Amino acid sequence: MKPAPFDYVAPTSVEEACAILAEAHGGATVLAGGQTLMPLLNLRMSQPFILVDISHIAELKGIMRIDGGARIGPMTRQCEVIESSALQQHLPVLVEAVRHVGHHQTRNLGTIGGSIALGEPAAELPAAAVALKATIEVRSIRGTRNIPAAEFYLGPYMTVLEEDELVTGIRFPDWSLNHIALFRELAQRPGDFALAGMVGAMSIESGKITRAGLAWFGMGPTPMRASAAEQKLLGCSLNDIDPQAIAEIAITDTAPFDDPQASADYRLTVGTRLFANTLRDAISIREAA
Amino acid sequence: MSTHNIEMTINGRRHTGAVEARVSLADFLRDGAGYTGVHLGCEHGVCGACTVIVDGRAVRSCLMLAVQADSSTITTVEGLAAPDGTLHTVQQTMMDEHGLQCGFCTPGIVMTMAALTAGGKKPTEAQLLGALSGHLCRCTGYQGIRRAAQRLTATDSREIRGGEE
Ligand code: FES
Ligand code: FES
Repeated sequence: MKPAPFDYVAPTSVEEACAILAEAHGGATVLAGGQTLMPLLNLRMSQPFILVDISHIAELKGIMRIDGGARIGPMTRQCEVIESSALQQHLPVLVEAVRHVGHHQTRNLGTIGGSIALGEPAAELPAAAVALKATIEVRSIRGTRNIPAAEFYLGPYMTVLEEDELVTGIRFPDWSLNHIALFRELAQRPGDFALAGMVGAMSIESGKITRAGLAWFGMGPTPMRASAAEQKLLGCSLNDIDPQAIAEIAITDTAPFDDPQASADYRLTVGTRLFANTLRDAISIREAA
Repeated sequence: MSTHNIEMTINGRRHTGAVEARVSLADFLRDGAGYTGVHLGCEHGVCGACTVIVDGRAVRSCLMLAVQADSSTITTVEGLAAPDGTLHTVQQTMMDEHGLQCGFCTPGIVMTMAALTAGGKKPTEAQLLGALSGHLCRCTGYQGIRRAAQRLTATDSREIRGGEE
């Protein structure tokens, strides 16, 4: 199992990378951490003419505090997010989500931008970006676009990214410091894609929920935002919440399918239960604190 | 099909070579540099047998191109034991706890544990076992590997024979 031949280029600036992508007219594939791309190349499911390695572009790396949030460069390795004390403090739910991406060994090379741009519907990071209301910055020789994560995904492995565009940053807004983090997934083994999972956050001010962001993964063709449940939670105080009722509202925003691992019906059943339990546990931990 | 001149330090020795872009790091280590302790089980990131340490972190060498590893520092299982043959702590512990049978998966498992315990670091049991979930073993039933991992964690104070890393 060896890849078909390709050319390899390693630009050192975003401008250079965008020029290569534009010139290749779709024949180029961006190589970030390679932890999904390399299997596809080895299996010859992907046969690009040119591989554009963006790991030599310094401005695509690193985690930065910006006004009102954090900006993560797409070439930031997943292990670096797990180790970041700033993110552990401000966005613990993102750190928790990244801990569930692949395996230790793949998180050492795999990147944030790679996972976000790929759009695997059962992956944790695209759903976290949707739930946490991230904005994805993309650049091409035609200019810059800022795309809300909720509008980024079109279908399995399909995004609004054009073939000449490169993801250059992911901005996560701050959630209030005492926000409630929600994350849970069901997978057959650690490192497998989730059969069903949910991720989210709720900001609380003077006892009331002022902001909610919730999304499913493994529950449809894209990360599925649970908008109706978000709406329902706004203004509630924690002890008014009926987790089962919210989960039943949230499940209406999913469209799971049958695959060899699980049926759609199974996903609907465990998804509802997983959502309700996650919410219930998070609330009881907060009330005990 | 582009060809690239690369240079890397493997087990303390400098290696250079010209590689086709599509050559994986695993194939370069085995065929280009002769380190056949790098085992290839699946070549698509599932089994963990090909794990090596690149710049201090355990990675799957079938999921990295040799050209991506240009200028890096690499340790394979051949780089662990002392020149006089004294085994590395992780190797000795795996041996003591019967953590291997056929040995096919073993270099990968040993490299993951070596990366996490390098420089005397004491990972927690959850960290080590979590990292080991990235490895498949068809022989041992994992219990010997688990015992070896537990002995390498912060909570185990039993003395381990074998050399220092
Ligand atoms: S050979 Fe690399 S993970 Fe199986
Ligand atoms: S010892 Fe044979 S595969 Fe693990």
